[in-house]
Amino acid sequence: MNAPMPRVLGYADPLSAAPGETIRFMVGTLDGPRRYRAEVVRLVCGDTGPAGAGPRTVRLPTPIEGEHDGVPQLIDAGSYAIVERPEAFAGLTRFTLQAFIQPTRVPIRPEPARQAIMGTWAEDRAGGFALLLDETGALALLIGSGPAAALVSTRAPLTGRRWYHVAASVDLAAGTVSLRQTPLSDHTPSLERPVAVTASVSATAAPPGEFFLAAARQGVEGGRLRTCWHFNGKIDRPRASGRALTPAELETAAAERSGGAADADAIALWDLAADIPSDQVTDRSSNRLHGRTVNAPKRAVTGHNWDGTAMDWRVAPEQYGAIHFHDDDLHDAGWTPSLTLTIPAGTRSGAYALRLEAAGGPEFWVVFYVRPPRRGPRARTAFLASTATYLAYSNYRARMRQGPAELYIGALPIVDPTDLLLMYHPELGGSTYDTHSDGSGVCHVSRLRPIVNTRPTGRLWNFFLDLCLVDWLEAEGQPYDVITDDDLHAEGAALLEGYAVILTGCHPEYYSSAMLDALETHLGRGGRLMYMGGNGFYWRVSYPAAQPGLLEVRRAEDGTRAWVESVGEYYHSSTGEYGGMWRRQGRAPNALAGIGFVAQGFDRSSYYRRTAASRDPRARFIFEGIEDEILGDFGTSGSGAAGLELDAFNASLGSPAHALVVASSEDHSNAFQLVNEEMNVSFAGSDGRFSPAVRADIVFFEHPSGGAVFSTGSIAYVGSLAHAGYKNNIARLTGNVLRRFLDPAPFGMP
Amino acid sequence: MFTIDPRRTDLAQEFKRRPFGPHSPELQAVLIVLRGSLHCQNLLLVCTRPHAEWTLAEKQPHGLPPRLMPEWRFDSLEAAEWQAFRMRWEAVTGQALPDR
Repeated sequence: MNAPMPRVLGYADPLSAAPGETIRFMVGTLDGPRRYRAEVVRLVCGDTGPAGAGPRTVRLPTPIEGEHDGVPQLIDAGSYAIVERPEAFAGLTRFTLQAFIQPTRVPIRPEPARQAIMGTWAEDRAGGFALLLDETGALALLIGSGPAAALVSTRAPLTGRRWYHVAASVDLAAGTVSLRQTPLSDHTPSLERPVAVTASVSATAAPPGEFFLAAARQGVEGGRLRTCWHFNGKIDRPRASGRALTPAELETAAAERSGGAADADAIALWDLAADIPSDQVTDRSSNRLHGRTVNAPKRAVTGHNWDGTAMDWRVAPEQYGAIHFHDDDLHDAGWTPSLTLTIPAGTRSGAYALRLEAAGGPEFWVVFYVRPPRRGPRARTAFLASTATYLAYSNYRARMRQGPAELYIGALPIVDPTDLLLMYHPELGGSTYDTHSDGSGVCHVSRLRPIVNTRPTGRLWNFFLDLCLVDWLEAEGQPYDVITDDDLHAEGAALLEGYAVILTGCHPEYYSSAMLDALETHLGRGGRLMYMGGNGFYWRVSYPAAQPGLLEVRRAEDGTRAWVESVGEYYHSSTGEYGGMWRRQGRAPNALAGIGFVAQGFDRSSYYRRTAASRDPRARFIFEGIEDEILGDFGTSGSGAAGLELDAFNASLGSPAHALVVASSEDHSNAFQLVNEEMNVSFAGSDGRFSPAVRADIVFFEHPSGGAVFSTGSIAYVGSLAHAGYKNNIARLTGNVLRRFLDPAPFGMP
Repeated sequence: MFTIDPRRTDLAQEFKRRPFGPHSPELQAVLIVLRGSLHCQNLLLVCTRPHAEWTLAEKQPHGLPPRLMPEWRFDSLEAAEWQAFRMRWEAVTGQALPDR
């Protein structure tokens, strides 16, 4: 390709810091060691192109600025569980391995590969044992060491997404291995029958080694464990016993769905329904061979015995004894810190980036945030960076995969070489808009890995588009702080103390309950909220307390969804909260912001027209100096202020009755469709050419506390602020609202 | 099912004039077919010089990287959209559109 990809990548931890606090940067190079240049900049405006105001950055002189030697850093993607008791499985000559499994990728294509269910197999030692699916997807046992290792297979490939009881009974003294795979009955007619195989083997007992669920050991690279043969699918009730069950006993164990051996024989009885919110794996046997999960596999998933009578894992944990593993899960990339920065005293709050560049490739941006001093002066205005949403979208691949994206974009998808990194480096993991290699939805995303699409370049979306708001605040000369969703979740309303006005980003879509509570508290004490976008406060997310850096989303029940959550798996594993849209949980965005998501389309943005309500004396301050009927028929985001994703007033969902809809958009294209949660029954004419429901509403309302809310209802809105040198009716209107909202005089209820 | 009448080259000209809309209802129907059939969902643009150059590429199955088509490089998004339209029109109707 004539447009090279970045040659250096990185990520920051923590994501935000106050002056005097320290951020570590993990930096890795691609294609071998190389020199790279690092520079810290404050981001004011992204590279919006010839039609926009940017790019604009402000260099922050720091000790880490300059040339550095870089080396590649490993990412060992793929989830598994590990029991780090190497001696516990050494020297076994008679034993049995069993589990219920539901494979979800059999066989692996285009490159066939083994998938380990459990065992100690180590590629670097060429020894151990592993119950696995072979390259064809058939149950197999690998045991021994070196060239003498024996592989026994049932030669009967399993069916994807069907539950099986699988077992291997090993008697090295007798020189036999018995395998049995038993399909469990479900509601789908099948001709599949149990398969049992007994074979003679000559193998030595396994040396000491870590025991894995869903992977095998590849070796150690750079001091870090590397794994292979990742299993895709669910594993339920894995167990190991110190006796070689006979073929008849294996048959009984499968039929009775029991272990078939007395617990006294148990080496380990792992209960994967225990400790679901954590990375702990509990062994119920007396040996207490506890383990831990790595790379955040999906827990709180239905097990082999789930019968549909319970939907909540906390109600019937015995039906949730499985973990769903994926070969592309990723939590903490675990890179060695390369650069450390203590935020200099006096550094102003803002959105920052470590700009990395290595010869032969474009720059790579590692975005982080400087918050105001913990104790010290604050601005009265805060921009609340939508870091939960940025993370939900992080490493978004869907536009580069086959599918109908062009029908809702209304144009060819556009990517750049930095986006293409994701396709050449699948180990970077996906976004919550992507599916795993087995087709199941990505419900966990991590900030502890390089993220290619939170940056001031590329697709004008989320963080990049939010910089248009930051740029306008700068142009207005308005002092502001930058705070983050992550900090709001962790600190609650205390983070918002002292701020008169909170401005959201253009698309604050993902919210935890703690974040919503904090905004409501802010309004309840007379604060003001400017919701500067569309499709906000839409999905519930959680931050798993036991696994820092991770975000969880379950796309349950309804909504505009990139994938559909599995039935019975609507409850978050990290908190037990019911997942899905806030609208379905009694907290529709309309109640907080006056409006809620109704339509989306990504081709041409449109404009707003003032309503009669805009002449209401209560709205006079909003339109001070604005005579235009048409607002925002310009901008860098689709050439209009009303576009991408749209929100509208709806009293039945909680929009306050006294709210004023002061402007509404119109004339949207047929790429804009009502979202499915707005239609109980599908009907013709639900697009922007025909349906008056496809619109963005600008809304203002007073809060009983003396606070107030202003909402724009469109993601594209902030892309219009810089038009004509910031002298336009959108910038004027926004400025009018901000100035009044900063005025401590309370708003009276009408 | 709606099918494209290959004689309606006036709709192709309408697209060429305003690739990003607004489009007439007849052209909207044509675009739904061209962008919607399985054969036609495989194109994307790779921005090979920021704000200046875009290269047509073909998406690949199994999560593999897109295949760039260096012979189709453009200095405007409008020109790129027109080329994609022409390729799909020919694929769907069997009849080539003139470049102009």
